[in-house]
Amino acid sequence: MIPKNIRLAKLKEVSTTYLFILPAMLLFLVFSFYPFLKVFQLSAMDWDGISSGMRFIGMKNFHEAAFHDPSWWISMKNAGIITLLALTAQNLLALALAMIVDRDIKGKNFYRVVFYLPPVLSGIVVGLVWNWIFDGSHGLLNYALIHVGLGSWTHAWLADPRTALLCVAIIHMWKGFGWGFVILLAGLQAIPRDLNEAARVDGAGDWRIFWKITVPLMLPVFFLVSILTVLGTMQIFEIIVATTNGGPGYHTEVPITRILTAMVGSARFGYACSLGILFGLILLAVSLVQMRLSKWSSHNV
Amino acid sequence: MTDREETLQNLTEQYEREKHSRVKIHLELYAPSKAYQYKVRAAAQTNTLPDIFGVLGETRDLASFIVSGHVSDISAALDADDGHWRKQFFPKALATTTFNEGNQYKVSPGTYGIPIDVTNIQMLYNKEIFKQAGLNPEEPPKTWEEFIDAWHKLAAAGKPGFVSGWGETWMIDCFASNYAFNIMGEQKVLDTFRGKVPYTDPGWIKVLEIFDAMRREGLLVPGVVTMVNKTAEQTFANNNAAFAFNGSWCVNVYKGMNPDLSYGVMLPPSISSRYPMKIWGGAGSSFVINAASPYKKEALDYLKWLTSPAQQAVLSRETMNLPSNRNSMNDLPPLLAGFAAGMDSTTHPSEWPVVEDPIVVERFDRGIQSILTGEKTPAEIAQEVQALKEQLTK
Repeated sequence: MIPKNIRLAKLKEVSTTYLFILPAMLLFLVFSFYPFLKVFQLSAMDWDGISSGMRFIGMKNFHEAAFHDPSWWISMKNAGIITLLALTAQNLLALALAMIVDRDIKGKNFYRVVFYLPPVLSGIVVGLVWNWIFDGSHGLLNYALIHVGLGSWTHAWLADPRTALLCVAIIHMWKGFGWGFVILLAGLQAIPRDLNEAARVDGAGDWRIFWKITVPLMLPVFFLVSILTVLGTMQIFEIIVATTNGGPGYHTEVPITRILTAMVGSARFGYACSLGILFGLILLAVSLVQMRLSKWSSHNV
Repeated sequence: MTDREETLQNLTEQYEREKHSRVKIHLELYAPSKAYQYKVRAAAQTNTLPDIFGVLGETRDLASFIVSGHVSDISAALDADDGHWRKQFFPKALATTTFNEGNQYKVSPGTYGIPIDVTNIQMLYNKEIFKQAGLNPEEPPKTWEEFIDAWHKLAAAGKPGFVSGWGETWMIDCFASNYAFNIMGEQKVLDTFRGKVPYTDPGWIKVLEIFDAMRREGLLVPGVVTMVNKTAEQTFANNNAAFAFNGSWCVNVYKGMNPDLSYGVMLPPSISSRYPMKIWGGAGSSFVINAASPYKKEALDYLKWLTSPAQQAVLSRETMNLPSNRNSMNDLPPLLAGFAAGMDSTTHPSEWPVVEDPIVVERFDRGIQSILTGEKTPAEIAQEVQALKEQLTK
């Protein structure tokens, strides 16, 4: 049997521990857990966001989102296309730049700062700056095209259904590649240099070193960057608001703008909550698949 | 609203001085509008609304606030002394916050808001560009044919066309509504909302064809379809558009952007002579009184003072907005007088006995964007909107 004084000391230790985490726990419960549960409750309601009365409608909101709201699925498709571009073009650019800066080049600290600047800028500010670049009348891009003899290519880039989504994706990638760059650079710097040197002594060239040493060792980092890219890009919002507002038509609509439109534009809070849950589940599923792939690759590569 | 912050603050301090500090007013203004919308909704949900506040959005938003018991009916105060206070306002300005018997929102009949200014949305034309293209700057086009003729002359002189913030879909809706009323008349428009007239009706197709015609004529400044109104205002202020579609608040905005801009106000050129051209207008900013406030009387006194002729004249002069008090219309600058002249032609969804489902409105406005880009035809959009309307009606 444990002596009483030891039990008391143990109890004191445990209660002290809980006392320390209590403030954080309370904050979490009030500001994260309760709203999280509330969203589930509201998703089953017909509610305008103001009235005291709510009407329970079960799964009707989810049914409408899944089968009767084409604009929702268009927004998912648009976000998916931007995500695919970000996963490929943005991350390839980030990797290329990280590999360049990883070498002993002059002014590499300067490049690190410059490449990391876009992610820390406000999405709205970035959107407004690029608005000016893509402007149809006095935009920098059109100006440059005219000066290189491609005047026939000029047009309102963000207002053309053929180019609007691509332009928005370019803005997003420009703003986002710095995150990938920093993480990939950290991953590259964690690879022991003597591995590369030993391979070089054995006669391996740059290309072979890249495929046989860098890529396998960087796989966990690639997966981390890809998960962050998917989650960050699917939730794209500020840039859309600052550039196209989802137009022309529905060509640059994304899930978050649809959720906001449902919430404020048509005062359907319950429906907006159901879209939010649906969106969260899709992101969760994508992340789980990526994590599975990550685990599989770490065992098999 | 934030453009009026300094003037409102000065007036409020004056009020406090006149009342010998018996009343203290704390003024809070928010920008952009969406931030305010979120703020006031959150305050309503937590019962922390201030004594006086504004409800941005559509009539159904105000109706929700009223039905939820957040807003006082101020009809009695307006009608006291043989309606002395009510008679000072433009009737259209009060109509925005007035609910009649049998309204679709089930709001008890009454007036719930006090407008501190009025507004309407019209077309503007650049007099300098008109002169350069050989057009008479004092005679803007009145009909659609004259408008297109004027554009042909402007285009021949290498001048830019029409700009508006049509990336903000409510402005598209406003322009389309003007022509819907002009082409079909109020009854048919409202019957469409009631589901009695389909969007595939030739009248609606004609409304949509206006946008197609503007695209085909090359009348639109590049990028209009996703342009926010602030950019459109800058474009017009910089003499980069001959025509603009904007609200009366623009007088103050253009003055700030380009004090030398020479422009005039015109009604949108009419297509049909059968029905009058109607423009959106009515109350600009309206204040309501919190039904749970312990200071309802003080709030009413402050609003009465703020809407009296002397204060309205200050607000109008300093902020270049149209006063809601019709006794303050003297000595308006010519441009504001031009907007004031249009008040008789105004209409607003809040006055209509029935309004369209916002989901249908959104599809209609986005459809117009697709017409403006040449992606879809008016007939295709009419069918899409009608199909959605029928789906929602089921």
